[in-house]
Amino acid sequence: MRRLLSIAAGVAVVAGLTGLILTRPQHVDPAELDGIAPDLVRGETVFFAAGCASCHSAPNSEGEEKLVLAGGRRFETDFGTFIAPNISSDPEAGIGSWSALELADALIYGTGPAGQHYYPAFPYTTYTNMTPEDVVSLHAFLGTLPAASQESIAHEVGFPFNIRRSLGGWKLLYLEPGWVVDGDLDVQQQRGRYLVEALGHCAECHTPRDGLGGLSRDQWLTGAPNPSGKGRIPGLTTNHLDWSEADIAEYLKSGFTPDYDSAGGEMAEVIENTSRLSDEDRLAIAAYLKVVPVPANDATTD
Amino acid sequence: MIKKFSILAASLISVAVIGTAVAQESENPAVKARKAVMQLYAFNLGTLGGMAKGEVEYNAEAATRAANNLVAVTQIDQSAMWPAGSDNVSDPSSRALPAIWENFPDVSAKGKAMAEAAVAMQAAAGQDVEALKAAMGPLGGACSACHKAFRAPKN
Repeated sequence: MRRLLSIAAGVAVVAGLTGLILTRPQHVDPAELDGIAPDLVRGETVFFAAGCASCHSAPNSEGEEKLVLAGGRRFETDFGTFIAPNISSDPEAGIGSWSALELADALIYGTGPAGQHYYPAFPYTTYTNMTPEDVVSLHAFLGTLPAASQESIAHEVGFPFNIRRSLGGWKLLYLEPGWVVDGDLDVQQQRGRYLVEALGHCAECHTPRDGLGGLSRDQWLTGAPNPSGKGRIPGLTTNHLDWSEADIAEYLKSGFTPDYDSAGGEMAEVIENTSRLSDEDRLAIAAYLKVVPVPANDATTD
Repeated sequence: MIKKFSILAASLISVAVIGTAVAQESENPAVKARKAVMQLYAFNLGTLGGMAKGEVEYNAEAATRAANNLVAVTQIDQSAMWPAGSDNVSDPSSRALPAIWENFPDVSAKGKAMAEAAVAMQAAAGQDVEALKAAMGPLGGACSACHKAFRAPKN
């Protein structure tokens, strides 16, 4: 009996240690960023394509105010309320003192400079597909934006979700680099895929989630319940969205639908970003959306 | 029995359909008038947008006429079209949020920005298709700015 107990204890210790190792925050290999020179123009494109300001600008800011990444917007979810932190260039309150490598850790692995896991309200499961060139260029561009001295506010998250280590387990399930839409894509479709699957994080709203809050990748971009509880976020696959590629590109530029109604709600904020991209990039997104497969079990139309 | 049931079902459906139709059409002429203003915008934007997207061949004269109309629509005095009690709470056929009546200065600033974007389109529309394309973005931004702040989402 005693022997059995000690075996059980041994197993528990090994399992615990394995768990601790598996749930350790991961870091980017510094060699990955070696010799990459930042390009500010590229960094600006990444900034708008990735929509950083939509979450990190102060609540209710408009126009140029959106370049001040003071944080403070609140995001209510089933797991608690997340409050966007200050990621302005302020070295104390913001992330002005971060190295490009520290930003890479945050974007690629959701790991903070103190070795903590970030909550996936920060869409690193998308950004994990970013190229090192884009990370380095974004880092340089963020450094050119104004500093804001507002302190970041702690998230309002209750037990058990306040145990950050458990996010390591969540990441094991959901943080996997790689493309959802695979196969034979031409150069334009591949650019669109990068804009959607690595930067734009469209899927965060337009793809349904499972019980643990992870994206159901087999239902990619087929639409999802609106977290506000009212209505649905529309699907973007061809059975839901039958607009032409030119229609989609125009919508992402000016916000005009094919009926010349204009985008409202959250999508109006997204278009403030996509309107800053090039026509080529907007057409690339449209070309990509046309090749996203319609899952066999989603024959519905909106 | 089956027949009774289908009559019942049919009448339920027609009630539902009529109910929806009634909910969409406002009784209030002011609400109808402002929806008509939006229709005028949409129709003329359609001419310009078709050229911007390359669906219709660029035609400087047609583009200018449409842009002139947009400017004319921005000059319509809408002050009588927004009476108290015509927000989406009092009138479910409208999507106009009550915030409009609490923020008139902001509403009129956004209206002014729309007028400026229309004037910019008027200057661009007759130049060439590239100028027209470039003017679509700010025009859409001006529409969205007001809709984002003051229009309820579609149900």
